[in-house]
Amino acid sequence: MFHKVAKTAAAFMLTSALSLPAYADLSGTLRIMSDMSNPAPRAIMESLASGFDAMHPNLKVELEVVDREAWKSQIRNALTANPPDVVNWYAANRMGPYVNAGLFMDISDMYANGDLPGLDAVKGALTLNGKQWGVPYTYYQWGIYYREDIFKELGLTEPTTFDQEVANCQAIINSGRKCYAIGSKFLWTAGGWFDYMNMRTNGFDSHMALARGELSWTSDEVRATFANWRKLIDMGAFIDDHQSYNWQDALPFVVKGEATAYLMGNFVVPHLRSAGLTDAQLDFYQFPKIGDYPMGEDAPTDTFHIASGAKNVEAAKAFLQYVTSPEVQTKINGPDGLGQLPINANASVSDDEFIVQGFDMLSKNAQGGVAQFFDRDFPAEMASAGMEGLQEFMVFPDNLDDILNRLEKARQRIYK
Amino acid sequence: MSLAVDERSWLQRHRMTVTPLLFLLPGVLFFLVYVINPIIQSFNISLYEWDGLGTATFVGFGNYEELIDDRAFEISLWNNLKWLALYLLAIPAGLLIALFLNQNIIGIRIYKSLFFFPFVISQVVVGLVFSWFYLPREGLLNAALTLFGFDTINVLGDPKMATYGIIAAGLWPQTAYCMILYLTGLNAVNPEQIEAGRLDGAKGVRMLWYVILPQLRPATFIAFVVTIIGALRSFDLISIMTNGGPFGSTRVLSFYMFEKALSEYGFRMGYGSAIAVVLFLIMLVFIIYFLWSMYRDERAARH
Amino acid sequence: MFPTPIEKRSKGTQIAYQTMVPVALILWLLPLIAVASFSVRPLADFTNGNYWGMPSTVEFLTNYGRVFYDSDMPRYMLNSVLITVPTVIGAVALSCMTGFALGIYRFKGNLLIFFMFIAGNFVPFQILMVPVRDLTVSVGLYDTKLGLIMFHIAFQTGFCTLFMRNFIRALPFELIEAARVEGVAEWRIFWFVVLPLMRPAIAALSVLIFTFIWNDYFWAIVLTQGPDAQPVTAGITSFNSQYVAQYHLMSAGSIVAAVPPVVMFFMMQKHFIAGLTLGAVK
Repeated sequence: MFHKVAKTAAAFMLTSALSLPAYADLSGTLRIMSDMSNPAPRAIMESLASGFDAMHPNLKVELEVVDREAWKSQIRNALTANPPDVVNWYAANRMGPYVNAGLFMDISDMYANGDLPGLDAVKGALTLNGKQWGVPYTYYQWGIYYREDIFKELGLTEPTTFDQEVANCQAIINSGRKCYAIGSKFLWTAGGWFDYMNMRTNGFDSHMALARGELSWTSDEVRATFANWRKLIDMGAFIDDHQSYNWQDALPFVVKGEATAYLMGNFVVPHLRSAGLTDAQLDFYQFPKIGDYPMGEDAPTDTFHIASGAKNVEAAKAFLQYVTSPEVQTKINGPDGLGQLPINANASVSDDEFIVQGFDMLSKNAQGGVAQFFDRDFPAEMASAGMEGLQEFMVFPDNLDDILNRLEKARQRIYK
Repeated sequence: MSLAVDERSWLQRHRMTVTPLLFLLPGVLFFLVYVINPIIQSFNISLYEWDGLGTATFVGFGNYEELIDDRAFEISLWNNLKWLALYLLAIPAGLLIALFLNQNIIGIRIYKSLFFFPFVISQVVVGLVFSWFYLPREGLLNAALTLFGFDTINVLGDPKMATYGIIAAGLWPQTAYCMILYLTGLNAVNPEQIEAGRLDGAKGVRMLWYVILPQLRPATFIAFVVTIIGALRSFDLISIMTNGGPFGSTRVLSFYMFEKALSEYGFRMGYGSAIAVVLFLIMLVFIIYFLWSMYRDERAARH
Repeated sequence: MFPTPIEKRSKGTQIAYQTMVPVALILWLLPLIAVASFSVRPLADFTNGNYWGMPSTVEFLTNYGRVFYDSDMPRYMLNSVLITVPTVIGAVALSCMTGFALGIYRFKGNLLIFFMFIAGNFVPFQILMVPVRDLTVSVGLYDTKLGLIMFHIAFQTGFCTLFMRNFIRALPFELIEAARVEGVAEWRIFWFVVLPLMRPAIAALSVLIFTFIWNDYFWAIVLTQGPDAQPVTAGITSFNSQYVAQYHLMSAGSIVAAVPPVVMFFMMQKHFIAGLTLGAVK
């Protein structure tokens, strides 16, 4: 399997060098600033950079890997002052501030000219104001990753309704464990919980209306969401002190079996595996149904963009073609890489159990719609105020009224 | 040397003015460009809405008006006051340790250096060290609490405790600093006056209060200056230990300003500058007091 | 001496004191000792919840080896050196000159300029942040070591000038008078008379500024990003995200980052303390 990938990649390097004469003599320096700082993505990013560097003898690829959380506050700085050529970021609304500030380069021509074959399906997530601003390189399902062995031990099965979820959770708590690991220090993990609670309670369309600012935070719909969420909180379903951990800090709870499940993106799998959990101990299920709505899912897309101040635009564009090509996509999203879903329609999805399940879920059971993620669907300022409120709710559910009034006030200011 | 004054060149005649000017020039120039001018500019920027790139829009005191209604700003301001008040504990604590260590036993020099140690390491490391110390499960603090039969606490996860937890971390190096100031001060205390005090029957606390402390005044002054500055500059520890959280409860002005001006969702340079101006004005009260004290000393030194 | 010298107390008190000092020291340094003990543990100790017992094995070389060979830490350390050393030289050089001018000459505005330096040295950094960042960006020095060095030199000149000026004030003025009577040019007085006398001040200031700059974090994150220019204080957070939740490695990384100023301090202790306590005792 691996050999085949390596072979195709090598073949691709040859063919691309032949079929793209315009880029064959790329020269100068290509500066890439990446936020892929976790061990597995970091290795992938490094191999992308060195692979591209090897393809173009006259081109020097300079890669700087920046801490993923820190990057969120650094990117603007990076793009305004002495910008690199290529940067990592996220799709959808989260691009908004940089698109509006003119910091991302408009690459609509690449899509229009057919430079990016196989990307039509994902084009929408990269479109803002009718233009395209970057390319995706991976996407992944969200869902509940759980300890199959503990479920078996307790005689539990994958729940499909919220009532079953709560009943399972009660059994888990009775066994002296917590139901869910979470680390909310950097807030966004709480956003994931809200996404699912709200999409399930009120449906995908209502959730997106809230994201667009068309629905009040103090409405009955939103309150119903928090009421459902509160059931879990009051049961003691979540690990204690989660506000002090980041998401990786909370992994040992699952690994040691102190918590049985983790609502997370598929990128969690390599971490759990490398911590020693086998596939027999791990499994995945779709977040269960609450209201009678078609299922909506979070499937965030991670992206590459060309800075509008890029100095080596030609090489940057070639790099974008390189990372989105079917061969590279198959390889970097494979089980030895990110373990996620490729964004190119012509790439093959690996036969990894979690990737297959995720792909299946997203193509067959996400009729409600596919959302990017709380902090990508809501405008950045609303997302930041919102996630702070969500974290507070998880720690002090009694503050809910105060939190919702605050968020409503923020909504009225931000969407005016 | 020439005899007639006129024969000397202009430079020669004015050397007592020209020399200091030339010597001052590079330093003053650097300082004007990087320190003085930016202060003035910050005042100016705070009157604009500006994202750091495009054109700035004049909004008058709009940013300041927004501050009044900003809950995060209010929290930051209160936290700054907590920092100011509690950070000053470093002064008596430093004095206490200095008095404790002001003895001659074998190895006392090493002990003094090791007590001073926390000041030498960076605040980033202090912040990390303390955030691990406070860890809810792995941390030493909770290990100790459990050992003595208390409930564990999550210092940095509790909005009521987090700021105090960070201040405690800050007090560690700051106390060490004050300690070393007092140790040096104690070296210079006049032994005759102590003897005189003893003859007058002064002992312990009375001796400290009436004889020693007055002589330690310069040390106290410096300790006060550096502690106030340290309290208002507090940024590293907050950034490392809680990043302003949980839910924004540990922000202070210096951190909030940074967040607003260089955050992910927009460079609000004007708004950030307005926060910085408020911080500056608080500091200005102290700066004026410091300068006034120094001016008095200068005058006294001349007579 | 106050309090009463211990050797004049009873034998019991002496022994009590001699045991109390090390105990107090251990308590005082406890958080640091904890980190040091973390840094030599194997990962297994953390997985098994053995945080505070005896380490099951001592993994000093493994853990510290990974800091040096498996991460960007050496680069960050080198950056710190390349930022700190030029800053120390620059700030000390400039302040020798300003201190000389303000300490020796009487001219209009002397005190005013002096107070400008002092006041500037006291301001909260944040008031400078937006304009300084802007200036650095516009001259193309953003995300370079030089940009950081320039600012540090300028800002530290405030403190250094205060220091140098007061030191020069305390020098015997007769020496300078004598030189003037002999017709020695002013700049030669600076170079041959004053500068040699300033050696202890230069030493003290150098160690002090070294520590200040090495430990700077705020400006490092405002003016630089990424491993090609950032010093170790900023690099440590990125190191920690690489080894998240692996406390043994994060602890080792922190200790490595803290070592240079500590070594500096212990080597130059006398100068360091003389520098810090300047003015506290005149």
